Amino acid sequence: MDGEVELRVDGRTRRLRVDNRTTLLDALRDGLGVTSPKKGCDHGQCGACTVLLDGRRAVTCLSFAVVHDGAEVVTAAGLGDGERLHPVQEAFLDRDAFQCGFCTPGQVCSAVGVLDEVAAGHPSAVTADLTGPAELSPEEVRERMSGNLCRCGAYVRIVEAVRDGAR
Amino acid sequence: MIPFDYRRAADVEGAVAEAARTGAAFLAGGTNLVDRMKLGVSAPEVLVDINRLPLDGVEELPGGGLRVGATVRNSDLAAHPVVRRDYPLLSRALLSGASGQLRTLATTGGNLLQRTRCLYFQDTSTPCNKREPGSGCSAIDGHNRQHAILGASEHCVAVHPSDMAVAMAALDATVLVHGPGGPRTVPLTDLHRLPGDEPHRDTVLSAADLITAVDLPPLPRGTRSLYRKVRDRASYAFALVSVALVLHVDDDVVRDVRIALGGVAHKPWRARRAEGVLRGRPVSADVFLEAAEAELADARPLSGNAFKVPLARNVIVSALRDLAWEER
Ligand SMILES: Cc1cc2nc3c(=O)[nH]c(=O)nc-3n(C[C@H](O)[C@H](O)[C@H](O)COP(=O)(O)OP(=O)(O)OC[C@H]3O[C@@H](n4cnc5c(N)ncnc54)[C@H](O)[C@@H]3O)c2cc1C
Ligand code: SF4
Ligand code: FES
Ligand code: FES
Repeated sequence: MDGEVELRVDGRTRRLRVDNRTTLLDALRDGLGVTSPKKGCDHGQCGACTVLLDGRRAVTCLSFAVVHDGAEVVTAAGLGDGERLHPVQEAFLDRDAFQCGFCTPGQVCSAVGVLDEVAAGHPSAVTADLTGPAELSPEEVRERMSGNLCRCGAYVRIVEAVRDGAR
Repeated sequence: MIPFDYRRAADVEGAVAEAARTGAAFLAGGTNLVDRMKLGVSAPEVLVDINRLPLDGVEELPGGGLRVGATVRNSDLAAHPVVRRDYPLLSRALLSGASGQLRTLATTGGNLLQRTRCLYFQDTSTPCNKREPGSGCSAIDGHNRQHAILGASEHCVAVHPSDMAVAMAALDATVLVHGPGGPRTVPLTDLHRLPGDEPHRDTVLSAADLITAVDLPPLPRGTRSLYRKVRDRASYAFALVSVALVLHVDDDVVRDVRIALGGVAHKPWRARRAEGVLRGRPVSADVFLEAAEAELADARPLSGNAFKVPLARNVIVSALRDLAWEER
């Protein structure tokens, strides 16, 4: 009971055979050796496994790989252009927005997703006017990033880094 | 996790026929089903993937209102311009649920049919009538702080976890279902059941019934709405109590009101008694309190959740005050 999947991961086309039970996260890490997304809780609760899936932030631990045949996955390792880091990654470095770094690839992918959502005008639970333009106040960043836990508690710096990443 | 066969459905009829034939479970975003499979709470032998069915559209209906496809992602529905403008309570309910990276995957149908977060239901080493009929309910004398205060039974005191469903209950939404006998509709407020002596049945649907869409009727002009959720953290937590409110006040008199509560029962709880007290009455703090207390008169709190009764009362009253006296 297995299947063949083709994924485009960080710009490279990859094919692999997976047991149907393999999550997208395990396919990336164990099947393809792409270890940038991390396994924190394996139950959708911590955000460490967040990637950009077909352009949007998504956890990878609650989804079977076979479902995503043909999908485009960008992990934190694939965000830069090969020479330079993504502005959000630069901002995380400049702001010292991590300690152990375990949550960071998920934080960074989530932040890139947040910036796209804000640019598209999507509201959050704390946006006062649902139909108005979206802003990136500290309160907005905290709400939008609440699916990414940081056991080291680097939250204050993460909020600053996400806001910097928008500039 | 036991091995399973994986099939990708090509059309609605095919998906339903496959489920009827094999007892397959439908797989949408997977954010609840895969979690349960990992925990050993659910063990389908066949999964029918419905993600590629053409059920991902949001359409305006000819007579007003909106049809939301079953595989529309929660993030897309929350951000939809018509939903933000005409059904703000639904946007708010969706945005208060889960996290951004879960809402990208979560779907309309899956959100409605997600199962309870009762800790004992999720822990296969403990008795649970919902997971294993007849084994007993561990929550009644256990950790039941999150559990029901209305409509529970001696067999199960779990609550339904969805925020979206509470907003849809207040909107008088209709669920479109395609089953082995063809298509039919179910009012959203009749979709979920109270536990009674069959707590393993969350809803009135059978296993091969596929939700294809949810219809939202138009709200009359001048109607306001809100969704308010109270939880242990500011964000990213299930509701202790939530309220979805649709209110139409004219000349300081309540012309129309619809209230649904989350976090208090086995289903999104339409507060019809409170609505009955309010309809036709002048807006006043006393009337709001009378309505909330009428609704909660039959509340039966458990050992760990007595706080939910005054909490629900206060949330209902504050929601009514805020909408009735909001700047126009
Ligand atoms: C960490 C975490 C926090 C969360 N917090 C919240 C919260 O605060 N509020 C909230 O409301 N929710 C919350 N959720 C739950 C989340 O909203 C649900 O998991 C999600 O909506 C389920 O949708 P899905 O498409 O992923 O469903 P799936 O997991 O794919 O399916 C769920 C169930 O529905 C069935 N199903 C799916 N689609 C159909 C259909 N069209 N017809 C018939 N059956 C179908 C499946 O067979 C399965 O039994 C949280 C989840 C997690 C993991
Ligand atoms: S409350 Fe319901 S779901 Fe929870 S242990 Fe009791 S029977 Fe199971
Ligand atoms: S590992 Fe996926 S959310 Fe924690
Ligand atoms: S930096 Fe250690 S978990 Fe966030």
